Amino acid sequence: MRPDRPKIAVVTFLGSLDDRDAVWALAALDAEAQLVWHAETELPHGTSAVVLPGGFSYGDYLRGGAIARFAPIMDAVIEFATAGGLVLGICNGFQILCEARLLPGVLIRNASLSFICRDVTLRVERTDTPFTSRCEQGQRLRIPIKHGYGNFTGDDELLAELERKSQVVLRYHGDNPNGSAFSIAGVVNEAGNVMGLMPHPEHAVDPLLGSPDGALILASLVDAARERSAALV
Amino acid sequence: MKATVLVRPKAGILDPQGEAVRGSLAKSGFDIVSVRIGRVVDVEVETSDREKALAELEQMSHDLLANPLIESYEIELLEEA
Repeated sequence: MRPDRPKIAVVTFLGSLDDRDAVWALAALDAEAQLVWHAETELPHGTSAVVLPGGFSYGDYLRGGAIARFAPIMDAVIEFATAGGLVLGICNGFQILCEARLLPGVLIRNASLSFICRDVTLRVERTDTPFTSRCEQGQRLRIPIKHGYGNFTGDDELLAELERKSQVVLRYHGDNPNGSAFSIAGVVNEAGNVMGLMPHPEHAVDPLLGSPDGALILASLVDAARERSAALV
Repeated sequence: MKATVLVRPKAGILDPQGEAVRGSLAKSGFDIVSVRIGRVVDVEVETSDREKALAELEQMSHDLLANPLIESYEIELLEEA
């Protein structure tokens, strides 16, 4: 293992779609990204971050992420996260993290009832997280969304607490595409080591893909993973 | 034993599906106040012990069938024929 190329595990659930794109993007950003099958019970040795990718695991049956949350690998992911390990959930991965109670809240059907696939503008609310360290406070990011269940919600108490504890990292800027409470597009847990977001940074890492802005988020994660990986050596 | 678990969106939680159906019913001429859409899950458990069945159903409802953040659930144990 080269400490300058931190090992990042990308989990493939049955029905994951963006696992390979995540691996490609992370590799392009100098990580050693590796696919991990959902039926595994352990993360690869030396894993310094985990990405749960987008897709439609288990056909979104019951609720998005509800079934995937019980996949064998998830015990290891929950243990890794609970011990302070870096975990990023993108889209379906965000839903899985919410269902696993690693992140607060839940993602329900878009207010429009329509599947939405387009670029959106995000506003960076925090730069002191392992996922946004390369961003500027208040920076606008252009990143695509593609989801039918991206409407972030919770009860009033939960939403008030999220704001009070500044756990909202990304917000939709201008137009709120899916009806999310307080235009929430991405949140972190209280400890700051687990983040979920509905937009797809792995689809926006090169100007050829329409925008390079997603690379800021993934490169922040690679930086943080590299630091942790170096600390392990 | 057979049971039915009724899962409903909690009061105050936006139910976009219910909203859409409410709108459609209103357009069809019904005087609609509100529509909320939940889910019915029919479950048959192996055990014939009532207490054990209820405990299992409670756990599966809480952990998987419903997300208690946004949904409430009711368990109805059906009497054996």
